[in-house]
Amino acid sequence: MKDEVTREERVTKLKGLGCSRKRVEDARFTQGKGNYVDDINLPGMLTGDFVRSPCAHARVKSINTDAAMALEGVVAVLTAKDLEPLGLHWMPTLAGDKQMVLADGKVLFQGQEVAFVVATDRYIASDAVELVEVEYEELPVIVDPFKSMQSDVVLREDLDPKAPGAHGPRKHHNHIFTWEVGDEAGTNAVIDDADIVAEESMYYHRTHPCPLEPCGSVASMDKVNGKLTLWGTFQAPHVVRTVASLLSGIEEHNIRVVSPDIGGGFGNKVGVYPGYVCSIVASIVTGVPVKWVEDRMENLMSTAFARDYWMKGKISATKEGKITGLHCHVTADHGAFDACADPTKFPAGFMNICTGSYDIPIAYLGVDGVYTNKAPGGVSYRCSFRVTEAVYFIERMIEVLAIEMNMDAAELRRINFIKKEQFPYHSALGWEYDSGDYHTAWDKALKAVDYDGLRKKQAERVEAFKRGETRSIMGIGLSFFTEIVGAGPVKNCDILGMGMFDSCEIRIHPTGSAVARLGTISQGQGHATTFAQILASEIGISADSITIEEGDTDTAPYGLGTYGSRSTPVAGAAAAMVGRKIRAKAQMIAAYLLEVHDDDVEFDVDRFVVKGAPERFKTMGEIAYAAYNQAIPGLEPGLEAVSYYDPPNMTYPFGAYVCVMDIDVDTGVPTINRFYALDDCGTRINPMVIEGQIHGGLTEALAVALGQEIAYDDMGNCKTGTLMDFFLPTAWEVPNYETDFTVTPSPHHPIGAKGVGESPHVGGVPCFSNAVQDAFRPFGNRHTNMPHDHWRIWKAANDLGMHD
Amino acid sequence: MTKQIVTMTVNGEKKEVLAEPRELLIYVLREKMGMTGPHVGCETSHCGACTVEIDGKSVKSCTMFAAQAQGAEIKTIEGLGSPENLHVLQESFKEHHGLQCGYCTPGMITRAHRLLIENPNPTEEDVRFGIAGNICRCTGYQNIVKSILSAAAELNAAKEAAQ
Repeated sequence: MKDEVTREERVTKLKGLGCSRKRVEDARFTQGKGNYVDDINLPGMLTGDFVRSPCAHARVKSINTDAAMALEGVVAVLTAKDLEPLGLHWMPTLAGDKQMVLADGKVLFQGQEVAFVVATDRYIASDAVELVEVEYEELPVIVDPFKSMQSDVVLREDLDPKAPGAHGPRKHHNHIFTWEVGDEAGTNAVIDDADIVAEESMYYHRTHPCPLEPCGSVASMDKVNGKLTLWGTFQAPHVVRTVASLLSGIEEHNIRVVSPDIGGGFGNKVGVYPGYVCSIVASIVTGVPVKWVEDRMENLMSTAFARDYWMKGKISATKEGKITGLHCHVTADHGAFDACADPTKFPAGFMNICTGSYDIPIAYLGVDGVYTNKAPGGVSYRCSFRVTEAVYFIERMIEVLAIEMNMDAAELRRINFIKKEQFPYHSALGWEYDSGDYHTAWDKALKAVDYDGLRKKQAERVEAFKRGETRSIMGIGLSFFTEIVGAGPVKNCDILGMGMFDSCEIRIHPTGSAVARLGTISQGQGHATTFAQILASEIGISADSITIEEGDTDTAPYGLGTYGSRSTPVAGAAAAMVGRKIRAKAQMIAAYLLEVHDDDVEFDVDRFVVKGAPERFKTMGEIAYAAYNQAIPGLEPGLEAVSYYDPPNMTYPFGAYVCVMDIDVDTGVPTINRFYALDDCGTRINPMVIEGQIHGGLTEALAVALGQEIAYDDMGNCKTGTLMDFFLPTAWEVPNYETDFTVTPSPHHPIGAKGVGESPHVGGVPCFSNAVQDAFRPFGNRHTNMPHDHWRIWKAANDLGMHD
Repeated sequence: MTKQIVTMTVNGEKKEVLAEPRELLIYVLREKMGMTGPHVGCETSHCGACTVEIDGKSVKSCTMFAAQAQGAEIKTIEGLGSPENLHVLQESFKEHHGLQCGYCTPGMITRAHRLLIENPNPTEEDVRFGIAGNICRCTGYQNIVKSILSAAAELNAAKEAAQ
């Protein structure tokens, strides 16, 4: 049969790798037919609600539930006493610590869960929460990690002060861990002898991922069949199943965990929260389904925060500006429980990527984790584990060094970049960067924005300001970042002992369409669109004919979930590998059908053709059909495969960002006039989706840099618990971004892809912050802490005498 | 608490529900009428995920009692188009990647719908100001703005063609 369709048309029809395929998810979302946790409504379902502590540190003297229980419609009120016999009053955190599910004798932060009310509807539950009488005896509150390390007040009375913690010896009863990487003595020696040394202390403030959908779960214990189903806002549903099994004693095959549509995660939905546990217990106790969905205040006050790193740095250089050494110490405020979601061996995540994109011969990083009376967490808000902190640190240190040397910060970066020929590059703090071409990216970025022209304009503006002709100053924010994503190799990355591989399983149906399932879970990233593109290119079936399913642990293969930009580097690799398994079998089937040797056929877009005779071919559709209706000697019927992919290394996306900003020194209002973002995420799967991720990540970076924070007063009251106080940018505050790219594929990833979702956040925060700081540099600024809200910007101007 | 009958027209259909005076409209829509398109994001009128149209105005249904909607004409995302015949805005959001996780989308599109009725020829600034009551955490708004401007152009072209 003559093929009427051109090869180009066949490629287009495939909708594979590299095309801006429209998203398959959008049909349901634009019609209001998404299915989020709060949309689940089961017959007889009850609602749970928490009694929360108003105190940041207090002994719980008594809890009286009589009045609440007497209210019509209230079914149960659970306290730690009720959970204790089940061993569920405490739960393990992902960081090797343990956390109270319900207050066990004391409370350690404001908003902590004290009792769980279960009622027939949300209003009655809410009424009952008010009727639970809790008697507190207030204890001294510590919100400062440095004071915490000096204080006689023991926050965690449950821990033996002499015994080591999950990450080694503890120095003090409020100390959690010390984590050290690199050569401290060697680094100090280099710095002591250096021509130039710049030192700076900076506070990366506490903030919160704040996805638009709060956290929640619906638990349904089917006592007849002994099966528990748990729907929830889980970025890692398989891990939740394993944890639920270990905690409850229910065998893992009798637990089904489902992540339905998730309304954004950004790291907030990786861990396990008391609400999940309480909904499970309540369903077991009552025998009916129980829903728990938190409100916005509960989300901001009690679920996982991000950052809260006090960073102290020293960087040394030669007179020419070549960096010779870097020393970094972090005091990490973890709040009341260590509830980070880092791989077990990395208590400060991948903070040791803090040498950034620069060839720094020697370095040292030390991190001390500390307990305070603040909410637990320390998750990675739109970044791989603590990478935003690391990149902010180095990108500020570079700027400070440039100030110290009276040098242009773009040039200082250029002369210190790791060179293209140095990859794979072994960093002083232990990483092997897979690939990069930083100079090309940097030059492209600076040219695109006419960097020299911008500096000229800035200098003119400084003069105009000094002459009193304007009250507006101009900042040029630079950042060059290297991300480390795709955790990770099982040999050194695990969460609660589970290796951080990921998986893909595919079944090709007889008529040539397919269903593929992965161990990850989309929270807006568009996996149903992009994973199908990877598979389409690998197996030659149109992406439109491949359904992607994730998030149901009864059907999807085990995987570690979606966070740290790991979906493409790990599960995306599994998808490519599973496609190759299918192709290997398809090749044998095609050869049999074409009556030639296996080696005499080759894959071409959507078919296998006989080498040298392209008119003789079998399409993947024909091959799939044959797999089910022909007895092929030596081959099992069917066409399906599974791959568990253990990545050999992380991937290292990078990028170059420039922000041009005006600042009104009298109002402190910044105006972003231009933002240019060049990203290199290796092979690009769907440019439209990549661009969308970059817009979103940059906007979350703008939020963090310019105003978003979780702040406490000295009494441990959370001052930013509503959207009135917690800054989420609206369309009015956000600029249009210019996006650009270079492509440096990862040498170890099957399709060369690196992951992109978090890069814009990692690179964006220092870029926005550097723009503010750069505007004040000509007036004597060295460093001011984020968030640069209007008041703080005004104060920076005031401190520099610009209002005199 | 004593319940009362509340009558309203939702997406062209007369509906009658029993609700306590304190019940918020969003919960009545979502839990008693099965309209799960509008979402709850903050319960303080900040995020706009719960936006619906009431008597020709964009309203955040998380801070209005159902009883206040007595006799009202309500439109939710469910009433905007049908699977066979999507509204221009719904098509445009798909076309321009104006959504990611989808949680803000129903409120955002419902708001955009009212905005384009009030101002059929908006500038980019008008759109940005007009949707400033609706928060999106995923897209950075750039593609949302693009989607709305493109839908406006398309609606205007269709109107012109009809004349």
